Amino acid sequence: MNSSNLLSITTFIYGAAAFFYLAHWVFKKDLLGRLGTWTAIIGAAGNIAGFILRWVESYQMGIGHVPLSNMYESLVFFSGTLVIIYLIIERKTQNSIIGAFATPIAFLAMAYASMSPNISDRIQPLIPALKSNWLIAHVITCFLGYAAFAIAFGLCIMYLVKQRDVQGTSSLLSSFPKAIVLDELNHQMIMFGFLFLSIGIITGAVWANSAWGSYWSWDPKETWSLITWFIYATLLHARMMRGWYGKRIAYLSIIGFMAVLFTYFGVNLLPGLHSYGSV
Amino acid sequence: MSVKLTVVLLLSIALTSIVGTIIPQNQNPADYFRAYGEFLYRLFDVLNIFDMYHSWWFQFLLVLLTMNIFVCSIDRLSATWKIVFAKNPSFNLSRFRNLSQKETFSGNHPLTELKKRYEPFISKHFGYTKVEETDKGLCIFAEKWRWTRLGVYTVHLSVILLLLGGLIGSIFGFQGYVNIPEGETVDSIRTFPNGKIRSLGFEIKCNDFNVSFYDNGAPKEYRSSLTIFEKGRPVYTKDIIVNDPMKYKGYSIFQSSYGKMAPEANPKKAATFEMPSDGITLNFTSRQSGKTYKIKTVIGKPVDIPEGLGKFVLLEYRKSAEFIGQNIGEACIGILTPKGGKPVEILLPLHFPNFDRMRKGRVFISVDAQAPEKFNPGSNPAERYYTGLQVTKDPGVFVVYAGFIVMIIGCFITFFMSHQRVCIEIIKGKTKSKVIVSGTANKNKMGMHQKVKKLSDQLADLTNGS
Ligand code: HEM
Repeated sequence: MNSSNLLSITTFIYGAAAFFYLAHWVFKKDLLGRLGTWTAIIGAAGNIAGFILRWVESYQMGIGHVPLSNMYESLVFFSGTLVIIYLIIERKTQNSIIGAFATPIAFLAMAYASMSPNISDRIQPLIPALKSNWLIAHVITCFLGYAAFAIAFGLCIMYLVKQRDVQGTSSLLSSFPKAIVLDELNHQMIMFGFLFLSIGIITGAVWANSAWGSYWSWDPKETWSLITWFIYATLLHARMMRGWYGKRIAYLSIIGFMAVLFTYFGVNLLPGLHSYGSV
Repeated sequence: MSVKLTVVLLLSIALTSIVGTIIPQNQNPADYFRAYGEFLYRLFDVLNIFDMYHSWWFQFLLVLLTMNIFVCSIDRLSATWKIVFAKNPSFNLSRFRNLSQKETFSGNHPLTELKKRYEPFISKHFGYTKVEETDKGLCIFAEKWRWTRLGVYTVHLSVILLLLGGLIGSIFGFQGYVNIPEGETVDSIRTFPNGKIRSLGFEIKCNDFNVSFYDNGAPKEYRSSLTIFEKGRPVYTKDIIVNDPMKYKGYSIFQSSYGKMAPEANPKKAATFEMPSDGITLNFTSRQSGKTYKIKTVIGKPVDIPEGLGKFVLLEYRKSAEFIGQNIGEACIGILTPKGGKPVEILLPLHFPNFDRMRKGRVFISVDAQAPEKFNPGSNPAERYYTGLQVTKDPGVFVVYAGFIVMIIGCFITFFMSHQRVCIEIIKGKTKSKVIVSGTANKNKMGMHQKVKKLSDQLADLTNGS
C-alpha cells in the first residue's frame, strides 16, 4: 500500500464519520455519535499514517522532504489538523453534534485533494525555492490557523441556525450546544486561528526574505492573507471593544473564512503576470 | 481616533487591497493601455492603481492606521498602567459575593486550621495573596498575571514596529539586481524598479555557477560561488543557493536567476568585449632558427620581433572572426611589418594555434595557449553561464523582525492569558466551616469558571484529607 492509497481510504473513512455524525444529529442515537467519534479517530490515524508514509516514500525516492510542498499535501495536512482539533473540542464539550459540521469539511477537502483533476498526488522533488525550514513552519502554522477558522465557520453556521429558533421548538436544534457556548467556542477558535495565521504570515515573510530578499512584496497571495488577517482583526476589535457577539460576529467569521478560501484557492484564478500577452 | 475608525480603516485597507490583486501591478504601460483602453488607463494612472501599494493614498491609509493605534494605545495605556502597577491591589469582597457562579463546600476544621492549610497552597499558585478578616470569618484573596493587561499594547506596539521597519526600509534601503558572467567581477548593480546604476563600494566576483536538475527535468539547485573583493583583495568567499544568501556589510546577496551567455556568433556582443587589461602573450617562432619567443603585448603597442624579423602591432580582438566565410571563433588581428617588406594583416585564431603557419612567412605567430583563458574565463565556451543576483539592503529588517516576535508574544498573551483574581471566603460555623470559592478574570470568563471549579476541588481535598 502506498500513501496515496492510504489517504484515499482515509477520505472514505472521513466520509463515513461525517455520515455517522449527521445521522447522530438527525436520529439522536448515542450509538451513532460514538460510531462517528471512533470513525473520526480511525480516519485521523489513517491521515497521520498516510502523511508519515508519504514522508518516508519521498526519502525512498531520494528526494526526501516533509510532505507539505504542494496543494495535495497541504490539503491532507489541513484535513488531519481539522479533525484532530475537532476531536479535542468534542472531548472538552462532550458534544458530538459539532462533528456533523466539522467532519464534512475535512471529508470535502480530502475528496477534493484526491479527485480534482487539477491536483496531482505525485511526490515531486522540491525546486530550489521550496527548500527551506521556514517554508515548513509557514505551511504548518497557516494550516493550523485555517483548520481553526474552518471549525469556527462550522460553529457559526450552527450558531446562526440555532439562534433563529428562539422558542426551541425544533427538535433538530435541541441537541446543539447552547447559543452562548457556540458563540464562545467560535471566539476561542478565532483567537487560536488568528494567532496561527499571524505566525503563518510572519514565517512566510521570513521565508520570502531568505529566498528573494524581500519580506513583503504585495503579491496577490500575500495581499489576500493580509486581507484575511484584517478581517479577523476587525472581528476581534468589534468583539473586544464594542462588545459585539452572536450574529454579527458569526457573519464576520463567515466572511473571514471566505477570505481564507479565496487566499488558498481563488488567488490562482486572478489575472496573473502573463494575461496581457507579451509582458 | 477610536475603535470605529480602526474598523473603518482596517476594512478600507482590506477592500482597496483587493484592487491591486485584480489588476496586476507594475506592468508595462503599453500592456495596461491595451487591456483597459484609454479612459480607464488614464483614470487608473491618475489614481496610481498600477502601483497602488506604494501610492500616496494607500500609504496614507497605513500611516493613519498606525497613528490611530498609537494615539488610542497611549490614551488607554495610562489608565491600564495605573491598574497594572498599583502597589496594593485592592479587592472588593462584595463583588466576589455578588458573582453568580461560586463553588461551595464545607470543612470539618476550624477557621485557623483551614487558613493554615490554604495559604501556602494559594501563594504557590498565585503571585499575590492577601488575607482579610470579614464579618463572618475570613477571606483569602489572590491574583495572578495582572501584567497580561499590557498584552494588547505589545500587539499594537508590534504593528507600529512593522510600519516603522517598512518605512526605514523604503527610505534607506533598496533592491537591485546584477548578472555576473562566470569568472567576472562587478562593482555596481542596477536598482529596482527604476534601473539606476548604484555602486557597491566593493566588488563581487562570480567564481563559478552551477545548476543541477532532477531526473524529471525540474531544477534541483542553483549554486553560485562568490567572492567579495575590497580594493582588489579577496575578503569573503561563499557559495550561495536559493534560501541561503550571502550577507556582507548590510547587503544581502541572493541567488535569483541564471542564464547562458549569448552564443559566440553574436557580433554585437563581440564588439563590446574587451582585451584583458594586463595584455596577452604572443608566440613568435622564427623559421630560420626554430626558436619561439613569448612576448606580452597590448593592443596598439608595436612589438620588435627578435632576430630582426620586423615589427608587429596588435589591432583588435574579435569574439567571432571569419576566414573565407568560415567562422573560426575568437581571434586577434594584427599587422606584421617584416624588415624591408610590406605590412600584412595577420589573423590569429585562438583555437587554431597553427593557423599562421599556412602563411609560410619567415616568422610564424600564435596566441599563447593560456591566453584564451583570459578572454574566456570558465572552460568550455559553449557552456558559459552568468548568475543573476539580487542585491538588497534593508536596514529596517531588524525592526520588522522585532515586530514579528513582539506580535507573536503579544497575541499569545492577549488571547490566552488573563488577569485572574480569586476569593476564598471561609465562614465560621458552629461545628463546620463553610468555604466559598469564586473568581473573576478580565478575559475568557468561561475558562475562568472551569479554573475556579478546579481550585475548589483542590481546596476540598486539602480540607478533608488528613
Ligand atoms: C492593524 C492592526 C490593529 C489596529 C489598527 C488596532 C487598533 C486598535 C485601536 C485603535 C484600539 C482601541 C483603542 C481605544 O479606542 O481605546 C484597539 C484596541 C484593542 N486592540 Fe487593536 N489594533 C490592531 C491590532 C490588534 C491585534 C492584532 C489585536 C489582537 C491581539 C488587537 C487587540 C486589541 C484589543 C484587545 C483592544 C482593546 C484594548 C483595551 O481594552 O484597552 N489589536 N486596537
